[in-house]
Amino acid sequence: MRAENYEPKQHPPSHEYELNFGPNHPGIEGNYALKVKLHGDTVVSARADAGYLHRGFEKLMEQRLWIQNIALVPRICVPDPSPMEVAYSMAVEQLCGLDVPERAQWLRVMQLEMSRITAHLFYFGGHAATTGMYNPMFWGVADRDLVLDLFEELTGGRVYCIYNMPGGVRRDIPEGFLDRLSRLLDYLESRLPEYDNLFFTNHVLINRAKGTGQMSQHQALEWAVTGPNLRATGLQCDVRRDDPYLVYDELEFDIPVEQGGDALARTLVRRSELQQSIRILRQIIQRLPSIKGPIRAPIPNPLAWNVPAGEAYVRLESSKGELGWYVVSNGGQKPYRVHVRGPSSMHAVQVLENLAKGSRLEDVAQIMFSLDACPPEVDR
Amino acid sequence: MSSADTKKKDIDYNSNGSVLNPLKALSFFAKKPVTEKLEPRIAAERYRGFHVNDWEKCIGCSTCQKVCDNAAITMVKVPSQKEDPLNGIRNLRPAIDYGRCCWCALCVDLCPTGSISLSREYVHTCYDEQLDSYFLLPDPNGMHNKDYGEGWNKTEENDLVDHNRQVMPERTPESRSDNFDEIVDGYDKQQAIIEASRCVQCGMCHDACPTHMHAPEYIRAIWSDDIEDAVRQIYRTNPFAHTCGRVCTHRCETACSIGKRGEPIAIRWLKRYAVDALSHDKIKDIVLGDVNPESSGFNIAVIGSGPAGLTTAFDLAKLGHKVTVYEGLDKPGGMPRYGIPYYRLPFDKLDDDINVIKAAGVKIKCNTWVGKDITLEQLKKKNHAVLLSLGLQLGRSTRIPGSDHKHVQKAVTLLQKIAAGEKIDVPKTAAIIGGGNVAMDIARSLARLQKQKFGEVNITVTAMESFEHFLADPEEVKEAQEEGVIILPSRGPQECMIEKGALVGLRTLKVLSIFDEQGRFAPHFDENDEICHECETIVEAIGQMTDVDLLGEELTEKLEWQRGRLQVDENCRTSEDWLWAAGDMVRGPDVVHAVADGHTVSKSINEYLKTLQMEKKSS
Repeated sequence: MRAENYEPKQHPPSHEYELNFGPNHPGIEGNYALKVKLHGDTVVSARADAGYLHRGFEKLMEQRLWIQNIALVPRICVPDPSPMEVAYSMAVEQLCGLDVPERAQWLRVMQLEMSRITAHLFYFGGHAATTGMYNPMFWGVADRDLVLDLFEELTGGRVYCIYNMPGGVRRDIPEGFLDRLSRLLDYLESRLPEYDNLFFTNHVLINRAKGTGQMSQHQALEWAVTGPNLRATGLQCDVRRDDPYLVYDELEFDIPVEQGGDALARTLVRRSELQQSIRILRQIIQRLPSIKGPIRAPIPNPLAWNVPAGEAYVRLESSKGELGWYVVSNGGQKPYRVHVRGPSSMHAVQVLENLAKGSRLEDVAQIMFSLDACPPEVDR
Repeated sequence: MSSADTKKKDIDYNSNGSVLNPLKALSFFAKKPVTEKLEPRIAAERYRGFHVNDWEKCIGCSTCQKVCDNAAITMVKVPSQKEDPLNGIRNLRPAIDYGRCCWCALCVDLCPTGSISLSREYVHTCYDEQLDSYFLLPDPNGMHNKDYGEGWNKTEENDLVDHNRQVMPERTPESRSDNFDEIVDGYDKQQAIIEASRCVQCGMCHDACPTHMHAPEYIRAIWSDDIEDAVRQIYRTNPFAHTCGRVCTHRCETACSIGKRGEPIAIRWLKRYAVDALSHDKIKDIVLGDVNPESSGFNIAVIGSGPAGLTTAFDLAKLGHKVTVYEGLDKPGGMPRYGIPYYRLPFDKLDDDINVIKAAGVKIKCNTWVGKDITLEQLKKKNHAVLLSLGLQLGRSTRIPGSDHKHVQKAVTLLQKIAAGEKIDVPKTAAIIGGGNVAMDIARSLARLQKQKFGEVNITVTAMESFEHFLADPEEVKEAQEEGVIILPSRGPQECMIEKGALVGLRTLKVLSIFDEQGRFAPHFDENDEICHECETIVEAIGQMTDVDLLGEELTEKLEWQRGRLQVDENCRTSEDWLWAAGDMVRGPDVVHAVADGHTVSKSINEYLKTLQMEKKSS
């Protein structure tokens, strides 16, 4: 909890009052709070109050061997954990100068895109719930579970895959996996019209989300907005295209853009991204069988592994925006310093505070969800 | 799907859909629910559930505990499991605290034996008072004795153990077969660091080593390129660092947990690398830098300057006692100098070891044969304690007909002559009886001399054991064969064939069995399978014994003997309170056992001297 929130404050004018929005509020993603100052139903100012989920990952990582951290990093972002382990592994590989085998890179992209689908399905449900529609939430979570089933087959874990380690991935695909993935993609695609009927073309959503939490492209850039939230303001900006990592430069996909910059635009960008992820996975299903070779570069004994001194910065496109990992090694067995530049820390703090200002109380939750900010990643 | 398809399915959100659209979802009332009943659903094949551990495979090395992310693993003693330090097995088994475990399966990936794996079982509930059921000692039966099958297990893909040893650079058979130059080149720095990095620090080597060397510590020090610390760790328990770094029987490597599925860490070569990497003066400085004891006024005599004697002398000298070592031959070193050929252990390396010992204040009197030049009685009078570390310097004879011929020789005697640089008559053809390391040493030494003199090798080794039960190290056998020595297993010597006073050959029969049902030596031969190996010289390498003439009749009577060996207690002390005996003569041939004995003796003698001092003070 921020110390300044506890400084004695002057009483607000009598027509204004303060409301603690969260940390235990159904309209807040997890343990996160907003201190909202209201005038009637209108938000005069909002103050993000993080700290309820602080686990000190960056510091914890300094106490653990390079290999042990692979079990820790996915926990930084619960709804979309895979990019965390991939980014961490890529940073360590960069420090060590490890060449990751091609097959491992394809498997990583597969994992990342599957993870993006789970995160977006989760997101639709969340956004719908804040507009009072609970059905899409159930649907989203149920369909996400089908992807998690495949994660379980591939990695042994449903949410925290712990599938990557510096050097590559831990296991190859099980038999028949690509067929099952292909069938799942067909199913998800067939579900989209149903989602459209229920949610994306729903008057309730459109009327409530259009114009809500609107920001201009200029503002978005000022506030360091990235990912779908930035693309919803009309800027075609995606790390996968701008600074390709892994094998994204060999894949065909579009970068969907919307112009509105509001909650509706943000939701629709993600809906299109879901389709793009399906498209990418289809290409992987086609290409993967022809890519032979190992799935992991040989790494030293994890108990006696000094990573050469240096620093590495790796960025990739998570479902929530640009994810950056800064890892420093002083040549020892453990990281010297790790910093995670998660997209949510911008979205949930400065952007949310600004967007909430002037909005109505009932929209605050929707604005937060439409930004897809993830409190565990803000706190770390 | 092409991009056009994607576009087609896209919706136009600017024109709102029909108000009735959301109602279409009502059709789902007629469909099956997506939620499932709470019945344990079968997990995926590589699911990471609760642990199972194959207790037969598990060796208790605690690598799982070391790599555990959350310190969830505690090693627990299971007395029902066997404990076998020589083969690297402890009766520790991992217990998991499921309040801490995060199911990352690193324990599985790094397990040296592949015993631990995660199962497909994932449901466990209990009442408040049963919370300790979350702390569990996994066995092959799983969490609830129900077979859910293995989930995430060890496969080639996720195995993080490096099974392959760094290849030791050594000379080719062609370049080594006509000279006595050292065969093995030794690791360079990079190889040593990579080899050391394979170690998981389980300490099995420490437990298996007779002198309990701090191998995990010095391996880790080599890995972090701190050679000085490595040498310090080595000298904590072993002053014969160069010697053991080259010719030790490396029980550590037999016990090494990485060796359970792959090649064990080259612990012996790493030790060699550490002591070779530093200059002799530097080693002296590290080992003796802070040793500066006050003189205790006690005198100790050590008879024999082999590893056992010199180790004792080294330890006692560091404690301030005055130690004199008596050696009958020209130079100190004992068996490592006169029994091990130069190509395995160069003399200058042995000298390096001995010089450190001398620098600690040990006096070595060479060419002083106790029993001839000075009597044991005199030594007893001059000293407070005496150690016999005589070694095994007399060869045993097969006593087959003709074995008293002058061209039938003993391997140890011949090796001693070669080591001392004496000229010997190199036979054009030779047969060797015996299949141990000494047989290999003399065969390979003679082979080199033959190659020098005649340009070809003509040596046959006949051993009674079959190749499966061979006594010599497999690498010794392999290298001897590469050098042109013919090795015949399962041949029992019958007769040294003599014609007109000249030795012409060795007659052997095929061995059917060596021991009888009670395990006694009673060889059975196949009379129809006879070979006559033509040879000018026969060398017997079937075992050694100790020359104990120096004891004199009276003392020999007083001491206890069993099968020709002097009996000592666990402190290597004989029944005479001033006399200790150690090394090969009581333990059988092995360098590192001798070193271990040396430490035992030095402790025991020091205790004894302390009591003497107390008596002196009180009287």
